[in-house]
Amino acid sequence: MTGMREGVTSVAEQEISTRLVELLTQQRESLGAAWLENVSATLRGRISVAELDRELRELYSALVDGLRTGGFDWQGDSYAEVRALLGELSRNRARQGFSPTETAVSVLAGKEILEPTTETSAEDIQAYLRLSRLMDALGLYTLEVYAKTREEIISAQSEQLMELSTPVVKLWEGVVAVPLVGTLDSARTQVVMEKLLQTLVDTGSDQAIIDITGVPAVDTEVAQHLLKTVVAARLMGAECTISGIRPQIAQTIVALGIQFGDIVTKATLADALKHALRRNSVDLGRAGGAA
Amino acid sequence: MSGPRPVPDADHETITIESNDDVVRARQLVRTLAQRCKLSLVDQTKLVTAASELARNTLVYGGGGVMRTGLVRRDSRVGVTAVFEDSGPGIPDLDLALTDGWTSGGGLGLGLSGARRLVDDFTLDTEVGRGTQVAVTKWAR
Repeated sequence: MTGMREGVTSVAEQEISTRLVELLTQQRESLGAAWLENVSATLRGRISVAELDRELRELYSALVDGLRTGGFDWQGDSYAEVRALLGELSRNRARQGFSPTETAVSVLAGKEILEPTTETSAEDIQAYLRLSRLMDALGLYTLEVYAKTREEIISAQSEQLMELSTPVVKLWEGVVAVPLVGTLDSARTQVVMEKLLQTLVDTGSDQAIIDITGVPAVDTEVAQHLLKTVVAARLMGAECTISGIRPQIAQTIVALGIQFGDIVTKATLADALKHALRRNSVDLGRAGGAA
Repeated sequence: MSGPRPVPDADHETITIESNDDVVRARQLVRTLAQRCKLSLVDQTKLVTAASELARNTLVYGGGGVMRTGLVRRDSRVGVTAVFEDSGPGIPDLDLALTDGWTSGGGLGLGLSGARRLVDDFTLDTEVGRGTQVAVTKWAR
């Protein structure tokens, strides 16, 4: 052990990285062109060659700089530029709908440019192998950023969907309705309940209609969520009607054994509105009489 | 509880149930099969609802597991079967678990007993400490 520099970089490693820098600098143009060709063959024109060229040129320079100052320590400070470029590249690819392969190829194709031939010296083969490992690590890093971006997109979309799919509409003076569409899980119920209760206060309504025509299946969890929402609305002094109970849903609810108790349910939204209006006018009449 | 357990045919599908999204996927898969098997709309809804209950039980009480589902044939009838398997704690008192309104969690206590009423065939194997397997089948009329 003739000395380890900077903890991890051995003399041998440094020689290899120096040799790689030499190779990559000497044949910059031809290697860069080969890299570009490899990548654009896979992407088949889905991204303009000029843009790809710019991306890869920046990456190439950053990589050479990284090798020169930081050896193979791709997680170190010397590679900050490389990681930033790769992060940007994979985020863009993820947003534009490229596949993981199409994203990782930008990095992995960089391995092939120094692929050894029969004339390659033993040192250069070793340099190639070391570069290969480095590019694999960077490729994985790229994929990780890619996957993370996709997850962010998905969670943002599901949030938007949740907002979109729970509108509370005012049907009449004093009557608001929530048309529910799709799956009703705990998270959505929470949003629905909050919105409904807030709208009841904001509009001064005392009749709420929850329409479940668009809910494909009412299981015990959905029923429980509905019941909770109704109870919460009642606590605020509002009357809640559940409408949109289709025949197959009615039969399923009976077979499951769910009891809706004294909650008013109607087959259609129109019936529920009629019911709500009748109840309101009775209330109004009484109020008028007392005045 | 029923005759010989139907086994999903060769091209059955298996999905893992590890999150709420998987419950939705399980439901959609069963619905697709029920439509392919030409179950009536009421029977489709009943089977899908039963699958939803059982998938959620697998997730919540079994700590996750798998669902295998596929078309089955007996005599000249076609049906859809779904088998839910987990390696969770098992059910110590089956009669109690199948009692309407009883729950060990925070639900309505109707999932398991209700699912049994929603399907034609219902078999349940459970062993404390080993896990639970529930198989349900709905036959086309």
